[in-house]
This record gives sequence, structure tokens and C-alpha cells, in this order.
Amino acid sequence: MFNYTIRRLLFAIPTLLVISFIIFAILDLSPGDPTGQLPLTVPPEVREKIRISMGLGEPFHIRYWKWLVQFFVNEPKNIIEQSTGYLFADSGERLRVVSWSTRSPVVDLIVERMPQTLWVVGMSYILAILIAIPIGVISAYKQYSWFDQLGTFVSMVGFSVPTFFTGLVLILIFSVKLGWLPMVYDTNHVVNSWSSFLFQLKQMAMPTAVLAFATMAQFSRFMRASMLDNLNQDYVRTARAKGLKEQSVVLVHVLRNSMIPVVTVIALGIPQIFGGAIITEQIFKVNGLGSLLIIGIQGADYPLVQTLTFIFAVLIVLFNLIADVLYGVLDPRIRYE
Amino acid sequence: MKLRSLLIGTTAIAMTAGAAFAERGADGQLNIIYWQAASIMNPYLSGGTKDVEAASMTIEPLAHYDENGNMVPMLVDEIPTIENGGVSEDFKSITWVLKEGLLWSDGTPVTAADLKFTAEYCLNPEGGCQQVSNYSDVESVEVIDDRTAKINFSIAKPFPYGPFVGSLSPVLQAAQFADCLGAKAPECTEQNFYPIGTGPFVVTDFKANDVVTFEANPNYRDADKPAFATAVFKGGGDAAAAGRSVLETGEFDYAWNLQVEPEVLSKMAAAGKGEVISSFGASVERIMVNQTNPDPALGDERGTVAHPHPFLTDPAVYKAMSLALDREIIVEIGYGASGQVTCNVLPAPAIYNSTNNDWCKTQDVDEAKRLLDEAGWVPGSDGIREKDGIRLSVLYQTSTNTVRQGTQALVKQMWAEIGIETELRNIDASVFFGGDQSSPDTFQKFFADVEMFTNTFDGTDPESYMGSWVCAEIPSPDNQWLGENMARFCDPAYDALVADMSNTAVLDERAALAIAMNDMLMESGSIIPLVHRGDVSAKSNSLGGVLMNSWDSELWNVADWHRID
Repeated sequence: MFNYTIRRLLFAIPTLLVISFIIFAILDLSPGDPTGQLPLTVPPEVREKIRISMGLGEPFHIRYWKWLVQFFVNEPKNIIEQSTGYLFADSGERLRVVSWSTRSPVVDLIVERMPQTLWVVGMSYILAILIAIPIGVISAYKQYSWFDQLGTFVSMVGFSVPTFFTGLVLILIFSVKLGWLPMVYDTNHVVNSWSSFLFQLKQMAMPTAVLAFATMAQFSRFMRASMLDNLNQDYVRTARAKGLKEQSVVLVHVLRNSMIPVVTVIALGIPQIFGGAIITEQIFKVNGLGSLLIIGIQGADYPLVQTLTFIFAVLIVLFNLIADVLYGVLDPRIRYE
Repeated sequence: MKLRSLLIGTTAIAMTAGAAFAERGADGQLNIIYWQAASIMNPYLSGGTKDVEAASMTIEPLAHYDENGNMVPMLVDEIPTIENGGVSEDFKSITWVLKEGLLWSDGTPVTAADLKFTAEYCLNPEGGCQQVSNYSDVESVEVIDDRTAKINFSIAKPFPYGPFVGSLSPVLQAAQFADCLGAKAPECTEQNFYPIGTGPFVVTDFKANDVVTFEANPNYRDADKPAFATAVFKGGGDAAAAGRSVLETGEFDYAWNLQVEPEVLSKMAAAGKGEVISSFGASVERIMVNQTNPDPALGDERGTVAHPHPFLTDPAVYKAMSLALDREIIVEIGYGASGQVTCNVLPAPAIYNSTNNDWCKTQDVDEAKRLLDEAGWVPGSDGIREKDGIRLSVLYQTSTNTVRQGTQALVKQMWAEIGIETELRNIDASVFFGGDQSSPDTFQKFFADVEMFTNTFDGTDPESYMGSWVCAEIPSPDNQWLGENMARFCDPAYDALVADMSNTAVLDERAALAIAMNDMLMESGSIIPLVHRGDVSAKSNSLGGVLMNSWDSELWNVADWHRID
């Protein structure tokens, strides 16, 4: 298993390099212009100067090389300096990956936005898992009961109704009509007392609920299908024949086996948390990583988009590996050598 | 002593009467929402309106334009003019005298050296300064004494108010930005996020593309202002949501640029928590009529002056196209309170507005048809007019935007009535307005018959704006398609008028010249103006002192904003 993990990690390096090249090439080829959003009153000659000041005058391969150096050498050095206090020889002179629209280091922007994304999107993920698993288990155990039918209906709604719709409905009910919850997420809010904690819960309630609803629908269907697969297996009949209590048959034997594919699905979904929820973040003005990405795309802020998408790629590769390893841990029949 | 207690008494009365004379910081927090978040607080590195306006709370120019387009002194006691001797007789220099005792928010004095530095900062060719056109023809800035700076121009400038007037060219603190000249400018993150200014507010926290937090400037020149102790400038979401947060939930006090369908906005306003406010600058939504042939068969010579357009240069055709439009309907459906019918490409300020083209204000389909018939354009078997084998079929492009697509559909229908066929096309704004040389879809290349967009000018002087339709500004492969004369209009008589204007200082004569130029453009048919567009914002009922302004930052007088109960 260890050798397998090391091999996979080493293999990830060329994969990621290819991915970074493809992202860079796609962004470079895509039509769009970082000065495109400027007012028309800025004359074309000035636009051209701005483009050159952003480094767009250089050929493709040099810009790509510069990005590689900035991302793989300079940024890690910077993290080491900030966390350990050790200073490299080129401290202060290193070029970092700088966003075109804010003229500030991209990594700092990402760090600034991480908390709200992890709070809102991460919490919705946990909430979705906590709700989906019991629903899936009960729906499968009591297949075609009224509970199963209701569960199926709710997950179908969750699957098919887009978040921008549920988000707006919630805003109209809870912010506009009832006035209970704020519709604009306050990223400056600091939790330091019970009342501020309550406010944090209030402002997280709607975005978390919207996202959890969509994710929950997906997971509960997976859980139900996986449980149904196992409930009809011979080992379940054997367990019952041995006289085991129904509770331990379902919750110990069947649930554990059914969790194997579900855990993989959950692990593969974790990078999405970091990717933020573009639409939901926009609706509630959470301004996390998702909205950072969309602003970057709209403004043709290539260094920002390149770095963010690449970090997502790293996370996806990493969690694919984690899912594979987890599979081996959970299911002793699977061995990687 | 008596006077003082009397003053306190009056203040108390005034406060109960509406808090018009509240002391600094008495009104708590001001919440502003701009659905496009601020990316940077330095207008010299970002021309985006959201960034310029966020920065205008902190850094100020010497003079602002007020809501009527008049200059208002901010950091000076009076605006220099020829009459008061501030502008030299040959128009080659202007001398500004700073107010006495003016301080930066960090407590150090503002001096003429700061003005000199700011000009150098923007004029540095490596800095990528986005407001460099405000400093065009500036030769040098001389420091006469601590409070006096003289700006020398290389040519005569009848309108010498480019540098340091309006929120696009604020004064930077030399001490803070000293290490940020030229190529270093974008690297100064700290300075660009937390500029030290003279404005009513100081940045305390800046989260790029998200939220800016301010507190009242302790050294602001008016001891009683601003009324708010803190301010929050939140960004994100979309225009409709921003409007809702002011008009329906009341979470915010001011929402900027509410480009949403008029009926949506009026429904929100019905909740009674705030009101929709609007103002008009010089923005005009116009259709540019290509004077050159965009036929792909021409290859590299496509869209160049060597090949005139096969039918759009016929006066009958463009006049009919303009007459066929019902501008009232276009305004009503797409713009509501934020639009007015116009027949000029230069509709404001009022002295520049021509009344000679008002024939276009009323739709006249019969007259349009008569003009086409007379010119020999007769309907073919499919109802589309043609002459000598040329069909009146136009390709109509614009940027992707629901209001614009709505207008396109209306125009297509109106043109169909007079026998002109229209093919619609919309292009993503970042491509259409982006100057990507390799893209065939930019508005400069204009590989279509007509295209629609909005343009305006900074400040109140239209000289450079009217100068964009001279022959030399025609985009072509020779100038890498960099030019502002999209319609490829070229008339030596027009160029002569532009030259005249640059040598004329008397305002009335300048206005007469601008009107003559506007009329010449309208008669030529290279531009069909549609809508004089205004700006729409929303303010809560509890916010007072707002003077909505299209000539400068909407937050230009944020120092005077206060709470009313």
C-alpha cells in the first residue's frame, strides 16, 4: 500500500505539470482582455501600455515559465518564510503570482477567502452527509414505504431545482418577507461572544441550507442504492439465520459494507468544497473562492484564474488518491501492489 | 462663551430637526453596496468605476464636479481661471493654490510637492497608469511654494482642468508612494490598498474584491464631518440583489448602478424602505453605422476606408433607418427612469446639446419608406428592399447584455417594417470591448454593418470626445486597429472644427463648435443615437445628503451624507 501511494504521488507530478500547461494554454488562447472591463473613456494606446505592464508583451513560453517559477519556487519559499521566520537570500525580491485586477499576490487573496468558503461550503457538506446517510439507510430498509417515497421525492427536487432558484426563494421568504436572516454575508464578522456566534449561524443558515439540500439529494440516493445492493446479499441472510439482532445486521454488517462506495464518493467531492460554490456564493455575497474565480474569469485576470484552477486540479488529483487508498483500507479484498 | 452656547443650542435643534449639522462620527455606520466589488483603492492602476468610486472616499482631487457638472473646489479655495489669473493668457499653464493648513489623514501637511509627485507617478511610462489621458500634454509641474503648484502644458490648453480635477485624478501622498514609481507601481500592494488621503474616510481594512471598511478621517478639514463614524463598502452579487438589499430588506443604505429592468426596480421600491434615484451624464447608447465594407471576401482590406460600404453610405438608407426607430418604446422597455430619447451623440452638459436633429425623436415609418422608394430601393419578392442586386440586409452586433438584446430585437422589428433585413449577433463584453488583436469580434474591427454600445467622456469638457471622430482615429491594420472612430467617418471639414476647438477658450464658442460637430456627425449618418442613458442607484429613506452625480464619483460628497430619522 505504501509503495503504491508513493508511486501514485510520483506519477501525479507529470500529470499536474501537463494540467498546468493545458490550463495556461486554454487561458492564453481564450478570447478576452484584461482591459476589456475598463470604461471606454480609457484610450486604446493607454490600454496597450497597461497590457504591457501586466507582462502580456512577452511570448507564451516565457510567461508560462515565469508562472511555473513563481508558483512552484517563489510561493513555497514565501510560505516557509512566513511560517518559520527563516529568510531566503532572495527575500523581498522574489516575484509572486500577482493578480491583474487587485495587483496583490494571488495566494494572499486565496488565504483571505478560505475561511468563509470552508465555513459555508464545508458546513453544508457535513450537514448533507449527516442528513443523507440516515435517509438513505431508512429508505433502503423500508423500500417503497411512504418514507422511501417521500425521500425519493425530496431528493428529486434537490437534484432538479438549481441553487439559484432555492437561494432566491429562501431570500424572499426569510429576508424580504420575514426579515429573520440577512441576505448579505458579512465577511468582516468576528465570532467572539454568544451573540456574535448566533449572528454567524444566522448568516450561514441560508447559503448552507441551499447547498446542503443539493448535496444531500445526491448522497442519499447513493446511500440508498448501495444499501439495497447489500441487503439482498447472501451474507445478510446468513447473519439473520445466525439469529443476530436486526439492528446489528443492518447497522453493523450492511451499513459498513454499503459505506465503501459512498465514502469514495464523499472523498471525491471534497475538492468541490475548496472550489466553493460559485452560484450560491454570488447569491448570498459570501465572496469566497467561488466568487473569486468568477470575478477572475469575467475580468480576464489570468494569473488568478490559472492559480486557482491549478490548485483545484491538485486537490482533485490528491483526493482521487485518498479515495483509492481509503477503498483499500475499508475493503480488505482490495490490495494494490 | 455666549456665542458658543448659542451654537450648541442651534446644533441641538438642528439635530432634532434632521441631524443636518451632526458632529463627526455621530451617525454610526454607513453601509454601501456596489455589486461589483472594489479590487484596488488606487484609480491610477484601475479605471474600473467601482474602484475609482471606492477610492474617492479616501483620496480626493483638488476639485470635484458637482451634480450639475460645475467644478467645486475641494482642496483649494478657488478654481483657477483666466479671470483670477490662475490660468495663463496663453493657456499653457495653470496655477493651483492649496487650502491653508490642509492635512493628510496621517497628520502630515499636504504640499505642492505631492501634486508634482502625483503627476510624475502617472506620467511614468512603465507604470501602466490608466488615467494618463488626464495628464496629456503635461510638460512639468513646478512647485512655487509649499501651497502653490504650477502645471505647464506643452501646448495651449483652453480647458486645463485635466490633472487633479474629478475623482479619476486624485492627489497621492508623495511620502507614501515614493517607492512605487514606474514598474514598481503594481507591486506596492500595501499602498494601493491603504492609500493615505485627504478625504472624509480612512481605509481600516481592505479585502480585495469583497469588502472595504473605513473609519472617519480624524484630520478631515471640516471638523464636523463626516457624520458617519465608520463605513462599509461591500461588493459582490448582482445588481438586482444590491437593489433588494437597500429597497426591500434595508440592510444597506446605498446601492450603486442598478442596471435591471425598470419594472423589477419599481416593484422593489414599492416595499417603501428606500427610493430609486437617477442622474444623467453624457452617456449615449448609439448605433454606429459602418462606412466601410466589412465583407469577408475583401480579406485584409476588410473594414478599411479603401472600400466604402455598398449601401450604408447612401443618405436615404441611414436616414430611413433612423426615422424607422421608435425611441420612446426602446427607452420605456429597456431603460425606464434611466433613459431619455436623444437625437444627439453629445446630449449634455446642456450648453452642448443641439436641437437641430430633433426630427428623429418621432418615428415616421411612411417618411422612411418614401425616402427609400425615392432612392430606388424597392422591395423584392421577400419584402426586403434591393437595388442593382444589393439587398438591404445588415448584420447588427453588440455586447451580451439582456437590455441590449432586447433593444436589438425591437430595432430588428422596426427595420423589418421598412424592408430592411437584420441579422443579430451578440458578443461577450470582454471580447467585444477588449482590444485583442487576434479576435475578429472587437468593436474596433467592426466586422459588421452596424454595432451598438454606449460611450461617454470624463468630466464635462467634450473636446477629446468630439475629437475621436477625426480621420486619423479610424481603426485600421496600420494602427493595429487602435482608434476610436469606429464608424470610420472621415470629413476634412470636421477635422478642421476639431482643430478650431483646441484653440478656442471662450465657453460659448466652444459650445457652438461642439454643436456644429455633433450636427455634422448626425447628418453624415455614421452614428444613430438611441438613448441618453442615466445612472440609477438606490438609497435608503434614512440616508440624507445624497446628491447623485454622473459627472464624478457618486460618492463625491460622502462627507455630507448623514442619517435622517
